[in-house]
Amino acid sequence: MRPDFNIVVIGGSAGSLSRVLRLLPHLTKKLNISVILIFHRREDEDSVLHDVLAYKSEFIVKEVEDKDSIMRHHIYIAPADYHLLLEKNLTFSLDISEKVNFSRPSIDVTFESAADAFGESVTGLLLSGANADGVVGLEAIRKHGGKIAVQDPRSAEVSYMPQQAVDRLAIDLLLTEFNIEDFLNLVNRK
Amino acid sequence: MSADLNLTDEQIAIILSDLIEHYGYDFTNYSAASLKRRIQRLLTMDKVVSFAEFRHRIQRDADYFKRFVEQVTVNVTEMFRDAHFYRTLREQVIPELATRPLIRIWHAGCSTGEEVYSMAILLQEANLLHKSLLYATDINPAVLEKVRLGMFPMSQMKQYSENYIHSGGRNDFSKYYIAQYDTAKFDESFKSRIILATHNLVSDTSFNEFQLILCRNVMIYFDKELQDRALELFDNSLEKLGFLALGSKETLKFSSVMSRYKQLDNKEKIWRKVS
Ligand SMILES: C[S@@+](CC[C@H](N)C(=O)[O-])C[C@H]1O[C@@H](n2cnc3c(N)ncnc32)[C@H](O)[C@@H]1O
Repeated sequence: MRPDFNIVVIGGSAGSLSRVLRLLPHLTKKLNISVILIFHRREDEDSVLHDVLAYKSEFIVKEVEDKDSIMRHHIYIAPADYHLLLEKNLTFSLDISEKVNFSRPSIDVTFESAADAFGESVTGLLLSGANADGVVGLEAIRKHGGKIAVQDPRSAEVSYMPQQAVDRLAIDLLLTEFNIEDFLNLVNRK
Repeated sequence: MSADLNLTDEQIAIILSDLIEHYGYDFTNYSAASLKRRIQRLLTMDKVVSFAEFRHRIQRDADYFKRFVEQVTVNVTEMFRDAHFYRTLREQVIPELATRPLIRIWHAGCSTGEEVYSMAILLQEANLLHKSLLYATDINPAVLEKVRLGMFPMSQMKQYSENYIHSGGRNDFSKYYIAQYDTAKFDESFKSRIILATHNLVSDTSFNEFQLILCRNVMIYFDKELQDRALELFDNSLEKLGFLALGSKETLKFSSVMSRYKQLDNKEKIWRKVS
């Protein structure tokens, strides 16, 4: 099932929350997208995270439960301690298997799964972080016809993760503080 | 995990129908995305170079089929995982069971048994273990062997002991096991209350009546249809006023049995069968 909206998957680790908070006010219902957030974090931060995001956004924010539907104008947060997978029938599946890149949720796992399920409809955005999670997943998105964007490592609080992506992959967009419109056009492409 | 060989959905469907035909195991209603990921992982680990080779091996080699089941199912588990869940069992569920002459509990998809031993500890602390039976079942016989041994890695004990304390445990956790090199061997008195059996939630039926059924982080690997099948099976195996406990991101909401159940007030993933 090809969704009639685009899927934006955003992965971040240390220092990425502030970038997401600056992005959220730009995500309006004019955009034909659904957003999925993968943050490396501790479990006890979950409810705070939900509230902070909901306050900043027009979209409905939801921490994913198993088999939830993937819908337009929602922001889905991967729950702590589970990998988050996307099913072709537009639902989520959770998975508690081994950590990947020392992380669960792993950004790679969700990027790869989004790529496999929804190909060209997917945009991956990799943000600030301290490990290499996400790079392999971005590559998969690209291979399946999606687009990939990376936070400019110079503006990232922790540059390692986005720098890895920039060094190893051909990026469609380097997200700075000044080209947010370009990013919105990218995610909203037909 | 970029395996060189990537199976298409059609090729996976062929493997799944081979498994039904040759071994009577049906994985067709598993969550497609995670099943695919697990199969890809197996291909990478075993350096499989072609679909034909993989298919042939599964069809011909029963030992390889065993390996398939062991590797494709996910066995990750912990003692006292989600401490607040165990605290609720301690404070709200176990007291309700206490008056029964015999307490029957079913751990469906028990994996290597960490959850079962955690429950046994709770029952012991409530002075109920002597009249309880813990039925531990799984599709994968290899994990049941580990339940039987009751030995877990010593390296985990610090974490488990913290979980235990958070669940309301008041003892020194180390009193429940004997350290032997790098393993912690749990007390024999637990084992005598545990009954092991292979049981496949896809195809097997109800085998007893229980007051409490736990099936945590198993149905995340099933699609909606198979989840409903499993839930009907639990419903048929649960006494009136019995409890059904699911994993922390699973729900009975939207299921076919939902109307007969009421979730505990504290919103833990525990439902009581009310009609
Ligand atoms: C992630 S473990 C859950 C262990 C434990 N309940 C917990 O929450 O920590 C999932 C278990 O479900 C078992 N399983 C998968 N499919 C099954 C089926 N069809 N019938 C019974 N068990 C199954 C797997 O073998 C695995 O041991």
